[in-house]
Amino acid sequence: MPIKRKPNLSATIALLPTWFVAVVVFIGTMAWSIRLSFTNSTLFPSSTYVGFAQYSKLFSSAKWLASLQNVLIFGVLYVAGCLLLGFLLAAALDRKIRFESAFRTIFLYPYAMSFVVTGLIWQWMLNPTLGIQASVRSLGWESFVLDWVVNRDMAIYALVLAGVWQGAGLVMVIALAGMRGIEGEQWKAARIDGIPVWRIYVSIVLPQLGPALAAAGMLLAMGVIKTYDIVVAMTNGGPGNATEVPAKFIMDNLFGRQNLGLATAGATVLVLGVIIAVAPFRYAMHMRDRAKGAA
Amino acid sequence: MKTMMKLFLAGVAFAGLFASAHAEDKPTIEIMSSWTSGGEAAALNVIKTEFEKRGGVWKDSSIAGFGAADAAFQNRIVAGDAPGAKQGVIGLAAADFVSQGLFNPIDDVAGAGKWADVLPKSIHDLISYDGKVYLSPTGAHGESWVFYSKEAFGKAGIAEEPKTWGEFFADFDKLKAAGIVPVAWGGQPWQQTKVFNMILLSQVGIDGFLKIYVDKDKSQASIDGVKKTLEILGKLRGYVDAGAAGRNWNDATAMLITAKAGVQFMGDWAKGEFTVAGKEPGKDYGCMIVPESKGMVYIADSLWFPKTGNAATDKAQKLLAEVVMDPAVQVEFALKKGSVPMRTDVDKSKLDVCAQKGAELMAAGAIVPDQAIVLTPQQVGALDDFVDEYWSGGSNDAAAAAESFFAVFE
Repeated sequence: MPIKRKPNLSATIALLPTWFVAVVVFIGTMAWSIRLSFTNSTLFPSSTYVGFAQYSKLFSSAKWLASLQNVLIFGVLYVAGCLLLGFLLAAALDRKIRFESAFRTIFLYPYAMSFVVTGLIWQWMLNPTLGIQASVRSLGWESFVLDWVVNRDMAIYALVLAGVWQGAGLVMVIALAGMRGIEGEQWKAARIDGIPVWRIYVSIVLPQLGPALAAAGMLLAMGVIKTYDIVVAMTNGGPGNATEVPAKFIMDNLFGRQNLGLATAGATVLVLGVIIAVAPFRYAMHMRDRAKGAA
Repeated sequence: MKTMMKLFLAGVAFAGLFASAHAEDKPTIEIMSSWTSGGEAAALNVIKTEFEKRGGVWKDSSIAGFGAADAAFQNRIVAGDAPGAKQGVIGLAAADFVSQGLFNPIDDVAGAGKWADVLPKSIHDLISYDGKVYLSPTGAHGESWVFYSKEAFGKAGIAEEPKTWGEFFADFDKLKAAGIVPVAWGGQPWQQTKVFNMILLSQVGIDGFLKIYVDKDKSQASIDGVKKTLEILGKLRGYVDAGAAGRNWNDATAMLITAKAGVQFMGDWAKGEFTVAGKEPGKDYGCMIVPESKGMVYIADSLWFPKTGNAATDKAQKLLAEVVMDPAVQVEFALKKGSVPMRTDVDKSKLDVCAQKGAELMAAGAIVPDQAIVLTPQQVGALDDFVDEYWSGGSNDAAAAAESFFAVFE
């Protein structure tokens, strides 16, 4: 039974500015955006309420629906790809190889780059007239095709490729740190039992890395919602709507198309989406803490 | 020693006072623009030089990229810290600002300079809101140009400019056969919309074009015009190289300069790229209005004058408006920017071959406005989406697409 602590007055006073910032800056601006999404604001905020008109406009927009679908495809593949590749890289580095720190630096290096740089590099590499396709063809393989960036069906996977290339290093570092924390005794015991190495990683190491990989996954998932710069740098949402993402839709409408109402409606839907996605996790964790407290 | 020091300090204080008083007398203005490329900056400099000659103090805050400059401007306006002047297109983009009372009218300058007489009527109407002049026009750009590489045309054996779309497509086939990319396509939505518009003008004519964009006329004639336009646009897909998606307009121009491609559909600002590369109009490259077109699509730039609540800035705004409309400045500016002067009474002999063709069309009134002039930014965005979706979707169902075209105006 935990002891109930009395509220500490000086601590409460010390935290007041933080509370003020949290309420006014975060919740206040959020409420302001939500309010705007119910008005007919264009370039400037207006106070003419139009109910859910902006939302119905939003969900009848092919571009918005495409952006939701794209961010879902991108998000799932990007997070899964980063986790898988990161884990494999970490396992490879964990095998006490030579020049480990050099490899570690190389694999983590892409993460230090901005998404804009990553996007541009991959755009050049995948551009059929400049990049890989052109160089392979100039070597003599004339029918070689690698045109993902300009292909409607493949452009979103080109984004995933670039994203995974950038994000896998982070997962690798986190997973490697976790692996180094695993007792050497477990390895010895498993060796004596004659268990193959891959089996040790899958059945013994991986379960123990759970919290570390969950943290890495959470970091990546937050990146997915914000996905904007890599799209702008690589495909600018095209061809057509093939790589349009919600964050870009919102930015375009906020500034380029001077459509504050529609943009804030999009932002509100995005926030709601995040809450809906996160709520079950929070609830599960809350229930687990209560179960622990009761025990 | 002490008195010396005091005297010195007093002197400094006095000098400071005098200097600041002196500075306040001068009309000072901060100009926000996105004119940062070589030719654009040189053109802006023409205005700056004349403005300073007439006693103004100029503060430049240029931001690369039209959208970035617009976003920064909106933020400054909302924050109550508007710059003295902003470069922006003539048309509906400024309407919101004017209706919110955020801009200063420059009616007295326009009246004194008899702007109503020297500007084409359509332009004068567009810079006026509720009967008052708010914007000062800097120059117009023709947008329905086809530039072609004479070297590429020579290699493909094309002797003269095509008169019809049929001839044009036959020429494309010749270029293709000669191993040259027929069309240097700029694969960004705004560029594609410009091509759509120039084809539309060639299919429906000036009246039909105005009916669609200004009157939002949904009659069968309009739908048919859009359908024919989409058919031609769809046919163009076969003459574009694989790297076109997302390509910048100046990269497309570079393909013409190096004779890797035959033609480019673009506004006359592309001439700036040819000039920088040392190519001459009429000799190394040619310019023509799209086949079957009786007129030209144009876009016009202007300066906007936000209210700043500062008397010195108000004065500077009037001076600047006057400078921008000065006949000599208009010509000099047009030469640097590759545009056409807005005033109809200027000396056109200095302009290059292409600009002279453009100036003729403008003087004859054979012009139609770009969508940014007659549509709201939301509608412009919807139009970009519509054209991009058709182009990149690979659909050849022009009839179905034409039916859905008018949703752009909703």
